[in-house]
Amino acid sequence: MADDKKSNLPPLSLHVPEPKFRPGDEVDYSDIEIQKAGDQPRPDVGADPADMRDMAYDLIRVLDDDHKAVGPWDPKLDDDTLLKMLRTMAQVRAFDDRLHRQQRQGKTSFYMKCTGEEATSVAAAMALDAEDMCFPSYRQQGILFARGYPMVDMVNQIFSNKEDKLKGRQLPIMYSSTRLNFFTVSGNLTTQYPQAVGWAMASASKGDSRIAAVWCGEGSTAEGDFHAAMTFATVYNAPVIMNVINNQWAISSFSGFAGAERTTFAARGVGYGIASLRVDGNDPLAVYAATQWAAERARTNQGPTVIEHFTYRADAHSTSDDPSSYRSAQEREEWPLGDPIMRLKRHLIQRGVWSIEQQEEMDKECVDAVKVAVKEAAKNGILGHGLHQPFETMFEDVFEDMPWHLREQADQANREREIKWPDAEAPE
Amino acid sequence: MAIMNMIEAINSGLDNMMERDENVVIMGEDAGYFGGVFRATAGLQEKYGKTRCFDTPISECGIIGAAVGMGAYGLRPVPEIQFADYIYPGMDQLISEAARLRYRSAGEFIAPMTVRSPFGGGIFGGQTHSQSPEAMFTHVSGLKTVIPSTPYDAKGLLIASIEDNDPVLFFEPKRIYNGPFTGYYDKPVEPWSKFDEAQVPDDYYRVELGKANIVRPGTEVTVLAYGTMVHVARAVVDEHDIDAEVIDLRTLVPLDIETIEESVKKTGRCLIVHEATRTSGFGAELSALVQERCFYHLEAPIERVTGFDTPYPHSLEWAYFPGPVRIGEALEKIVGDLKS
Repeated sequence: MADDKKSNLPPLSLHVPEPKFRPGDEVDYSDIEIQKAGDQPRPDVGADPADMRDMAYDLIRVLDDDHKAVGPWDPKLDDDTLLKMLRTMAQVRAFDDRLHRQQRQGKTSFYMKCTGEEATSVAAAMALDAEDMCFPSYRQQGILFARGYPMVDMVNQIFSNKEDKLKGRQLPIMYSSTRLNFFTVSGNLTTQYPQAVGWAMASASKGDSRIAAVWCGEGSTAEGDFHAAMTFATVYNAPVIMNVINNQWAISSFSGFAGAERTTFAARGVGYGIASLRVDGNDPLAVYAATQWAAERARTNQGPTVIEHFTYRADAHSTSDDPSSYRSAQEREEWPLGDPIMRLKRHLIQRGVWSIEQQEEMDKECVDAVKVAVKEAAKNGILGHGLHQPFETMFEDVFEDMPWHLREQADQANREREIKWPDAEAPE
Repeated sequence: MAIMNMIEAINSGLDNMMERDENVVIMGEDAGYFGGVFRATAGLQEKYGKTRCFDTPISECGIIGAAVGMGAYGLRPVPEIQFADYIYPGMDQLISEAARLRYRSAGEFIAPMTVRSPFGGGIFGGQTHSQSPEAMFTHVSGLKTVIPSTPYDAKGLLIASIEDNDPVLFFEPKRIYNGPFTGYYDKPVEPWSKFDEAQVPDDYYRVELGKANIVRPGTEVTVLAYGTMVHVARAVVDEHDIDAEVIDLRTLVPLDIETIEESVKKTGRCLIVHEATRTSGFGAELSALVQERCFYHLEAPIERVTGFDTPYPHSLEWAYFPGPVRIGEALEKIVGDLKS
């Protein structure tokens, strides 16, 4: 093949991105530009996207090195709100740690933590109205905590037990709650993006006041759905907040495989003429402020916003991968933007309304609360053999009414049951 | 009651539903101001406004994805995919999302959408305006697949589809929009106005999903068909001295298995006709079902007449199309022992 090339041209070469650090490598993040907290301008909520393109390459930060909230993006939240934010994030982390261990102990098949990324869902959800519709990816359990979903219901779902509201049909953590305006989580990536835009279009066309918010990871911005959603959002000026959680890693593929070597993910919005913000995702106040800005923009009929949350996936993608086999363990320790819980804790201590002792006490309470929930849920069964639901439920909800072919197959499943598990107790 | 061709009947059904239910919204490429490339949505934007009938970006993924979100909000979207051949960019939203929403959320979220799309060939549309992809959708649990063959059915089935709380693929055989094409490409098609099936009420009515229609009763062989092929099969039967029972399936999922079973047990013979490619086509499913349920009543092997397993060719369209010759041969073969 090489012989066919024109001899007077240099050979082409293919660029295959490679992360800067692999297992065992010394980590040096000095090339990541960390903007000074408080330095970023805060455009008017009604700003023309063309006048605020720089925001897509900047990094909105509120908490400074002295743990103070500074600059025009400081949302000036009261102590109670900040303490609630801290407790919610701590509760998420405690829950993740314990449920991850439950999977390791064989109580369920799968788990996904959001360690290090708690602010991107908790602080964002707190800046929205409870009536606003959230279209999460699989790492936004923080929204459910912020909206008060009972932990025991989450564990029931994770254990796929007889009290699982999703009847054992969904992979653990793929929650759904119409009551809390939390859209059913899909395992397919970024399919929720055009759906959120469609929901927002419906809300606008009905003259409603509710807006939609949607989340995806930086890796799946490569999906066509992401770009279809951006097009629809800008064309119809949909009241939607489109969050990209740039946690640097998509399982073992670093963000370079989604284009991070060339530009920011917030910059994706610029090409569509959408207001685009890039925010320090480990700064809960910055996340809150950016979401609040975008929510007000959407609610006042001024259209969509893209928010890139620059953060770091501190743990594995899921219980099915071992990050030490593809990235340097030092990355987490050296991450220049720290940890969202730690940063908010220090801010509250700096404000004089919190202490190390209180934090320790709270952490313990959070762990205890998870223990209670897990214990309560375990009474309803753990995944185990999986036979917690009447077999009929396998065939229900495929359609509103069960057609003849599913009825026949349900009969088959019930006949098989008597042969395969003659001694099994019939589920209630 | 009015005389309508299939496009007018579909337009009337959409009009009735937009009138009755303010949550019904229509969107699609060129479906708004212009009224659709086949005119199915003509006049609806003018009548109901731009937020209820509107044009979309050229993005089938976006159209179906947005429709899922609209359904979750509480609307009842009727997206149009301009040609069934263009539906593939929306497949993930249909298969992974719309079809499974009810199941995966245990009924918390549903996708009550009807995706309308013209399908099938015979119009010199080449590879990208002629396909019959219905079997891909019947293979997906959670989707319903509806294919009308007359103006009356088109309206009634469309209304039943829109009112259905599950996602429905509504494939419109575009070759018979104007008249019941019988497979003779060299003869002019008679307009719908000459046929009783063009008598369509102006008002709302339903043709229930899952109910086949026996369009020609007979005793010697059961012919299963849908869409354009109902008319082709019927014309071929009329030309041969064969007392065939021609059944228009009308919906593939849910399928009216009772009518099929009863007929084949009576005739002892079964011919399946579709325009789509043969391998893994819906005819394979029908053949298996008939074999499983009617084996001891069968007097001859089940026959399938289909399109060939090639892309739909442009210039050789009439060589490809499963028309009177292919169907006639199969009919003669299947009833051969009766005639000898």
